[in-house]
Amino acid sequence: MDFFVAENVSKTYSGHQALTDVSVNIKQGQVFGLLGPNGAGKTTLIRIINQITAPDTGKVFFEGRPLRSTDISRIGYLPEERGLYKKMKVGEQAIYLAQLKGLSRRDALKKLRYWFEKFEMQAWWDKKVMELSKGMQQKVQFVCTVLHEPTLLIFDEPFSGFDPINANLLKHEILNLREQGATIIFSTHNMSSVEEVCDHIALINNSKKILDGNIYDLKSSYRTNTFDVEYKGEFTQLERLLSSEYEIVNHVESFHSNKMTIKHMNGNGNNDLLMKVTPHAEIVSFSEQIPSMNEVFIRVVQENNK
Amino acid sequence: MNKTLIIFKREYLTRVKKKSFLILTLITPFLFAGIVFLPGYLATRENKQEHKVAVLDHSSIFLGELKNSNSTHFFFIQKDEYEILRQNNLKNSDYYALLEIPQSILVSNRVLVYSNRQINLDVKNHINRQLESHIENQKRAKLVEQVGVPDLERQLQETRTRISVETLKLGEDGAGRQGSTEIAMIVGYAAGFLIYMFVFIYGSMVMRGVLEEKQSRIVEIIISSAKPVQLMMGKILALAAVGLTQFMLWVVLMAAIFTGAKSMFFNEEALQQMTQGDNVMMSAGNGAMGGMMNNVDPEQIQTIMNQIQGINFVQIITLFLVYFILGYLLYSSLMAAVAAAVDSEEDMNQFMLPITVPLIGAIIILANVIKNPEGPLAFWASHIPFTSPIIMMVRIPFGVPWYEIAISVGILALSTYGAVWIAAKIYRVGILMYGKKPSWKELGKWLTYRS
Repeated sequence: MDFFVAENVSKTYSGHQALTDVSVNIKQGQVFGLLGPNGAGKTTLIRIINQITAPDTGKVFFEGRPLRSTDISRIGYLPEERGLYKKMKVGEQAIYLAQLKGLSRRDALKKLRYWFEKFEMQAWWDKKVMELSKGMQQKVQFVCTVLHEPTLLIFDEPFSGFDPINANLLKHEILNLREQGATIIFSTHNMSSVEEVCDHIALINNSKKILDGNIYDLKSSYRTNTFDVEYKGEFTQLERLLSSEYEIVNHVESFHSNKMTIKHMNGNGNNDLLMKVTPHAEIVSFSEQIPSMNEVFIRVVQENNK
Repeated sequence: MNKTLIIFKREYLTRVKKKSFLILTLITPFLFAGIVFLPGYLATRENKQEHKVAVLDHSSIFLGELKNSNSTHFFFIQKDEYEILRQNNLKNSDYYALLEIPQSILVSNRVLVYSNRQINLDVKNHINRQLESHIENQKRAKLVEQVGVPDLERQLQETRTRISVETLKLGEDGAGRQGSTEIAMIVGYAAGFLIYMFVFIYGSMVMRGVLEEKQSRIVEIIISSAKPVQLMMGKILALAAVGLTQFMLWVVLMAAIFTGAKSMFFNEEALQQMTQGDNVMMSAGNGAMGGMMNNVDPEQIQTIMNQIQGINFVQIITLFLVYFILGYLLYSSLMAAVAAAVDSEEDMNQFMLPITVPLIGAIIILANVIKNPEGPLAFWASHIPFTSPIIMMVRIPFGVPWYEIAISVGILALSTYGAVWIAAKIYRVGILMYGKKPSWKELGKWLTYRS
């Protein structure tokens, strides 16, 4: 069995269906993207994993056995809406949160020293949280999430509120944690970051899972067989040659070279197209339009809502 | 370590270490002592200030007969000196006032006192009493002489009578114990009010703490590490501990202050002064404590001390702790649930009202209960769980049968248990709900949610 499994999980809040029969399988060491529009049910699923709430029906397994209350200390959770005690000192607060996760004070101190050094936050130790900027608070919060070395990490919109430099630092750390063997659930709306860090995604819409799979496979399956070709040569000749199998979506001529966007109607491979074109024109560039996760997301959700 | 304990520790330490807590805890007993002792202290200070009164006696019956008090000294002067003083010189002289006694004093019963300030009540009363007592004594002496009964003076003196009513409380063994209605009232009122104050202050603190956690959104992080009930109970119990810490510190500090003050005020010199009789005549115009102390003779103090010792403080303090803890848990858990259910202070106040009504009601009926601690109002209010912590504490110094206390505590304990149970259910759901303010009906529904 996979590292984390949710089986046919449903949850209703006072008449509102938050999750309907959702199943996910997460393998050890995966970065699993949990995607979906606002209010789709992602947070409910995350809360069920964190045992903040329990499913009405369905089962949840952790490391091959039903999820137990003691597993909480092996999970690290960074919620979307972040918060710390504003008037509490950073160091004290980090120790407190670590103790709640089951660390002893001494272990917490040792590990905090490592992370504070790594992120160059030593000077904040005795400051109150409210004296820090929002980005600094986020860093503290990140450290508190990973401090107890959880085997399952859940990040809900981890990059919101970070400047690009710190966002990069964070991305690097997340991938680092995966290297060290952690399994990561990653919930976000930022599709470019999904493509960068996720191996596998599940898309939830209106409480149901509507898409699940490997990123590469998903993107390929949503290919439209459309190609961008930049070439030097006669357009009319090419048009005559290609019109039987290809639809020419767009064509732009310019002084040095021409560009066209063409769509393959029968689904032949890329090489077929190249072979057809090369005898009659010089190729400047050639690429297939692979849909971004962003496009996949929009298309799937829109189709599902119809 | 147990998570409730970790939460308890944080909540307790952050509050106890706060400067405002330390200052308030240390200063309050001094403020209280100040309110009790300062008027008396100032009054005694004032008595030491000397007021010189220049006397012009046209009737010449008072010469040498006006006794000086601590604060008022009489000086008989001649008419010309008096005129000079009166015309223009009083301010620059060291006389405080001028007393002019007319020739016809025995008929008119009137004298005039001049001063360039509004004359002090103490001085005025002293002048008044001295004049009166001298004239009275003279009249009486004359009368005694006329009647010719030997020893009449002494016999008249003996007709003066004072009765002291001593109240004894019959114990179960039939032995009478010294008690005082007044002292029972004071102790009852103080205990009831203290419970009210602590429940209100610390209940509100629980509420603000819960709302703060919800508003700052840290709650989601904490309940992904600990159960909501643990967070709620950790906080509630920690604040109870803060309240008890404050209470204990107050008891210790007050005891220290009052012992110190007692040795200052009730030293032998002061006691002697009191017995000198001169001060016994002091009027009510004096400062509260100063006047009281001067009026009270040592025997009376002894009685009061006995009566205070007649009160069963061990019982009162034990029951105070029981009622405080149960009453506080009852109210603060409900307040925590309310705070968890809403997002803003305004919404919170709306839900708060029905919770605090019985608490305020208890304070309103408190006066009636003190007047009639055995009456039906007192009986019922000391059994209904929402008012019993306050009302039963008021009744206890008057003596309440043990089975009534047992029933009252039992009802309260059960209700508290129920309230905590309900609160935990509402809290656990509410703490994660943002946005719309829930209705009462929705709150009811939350009770049935699975966690």
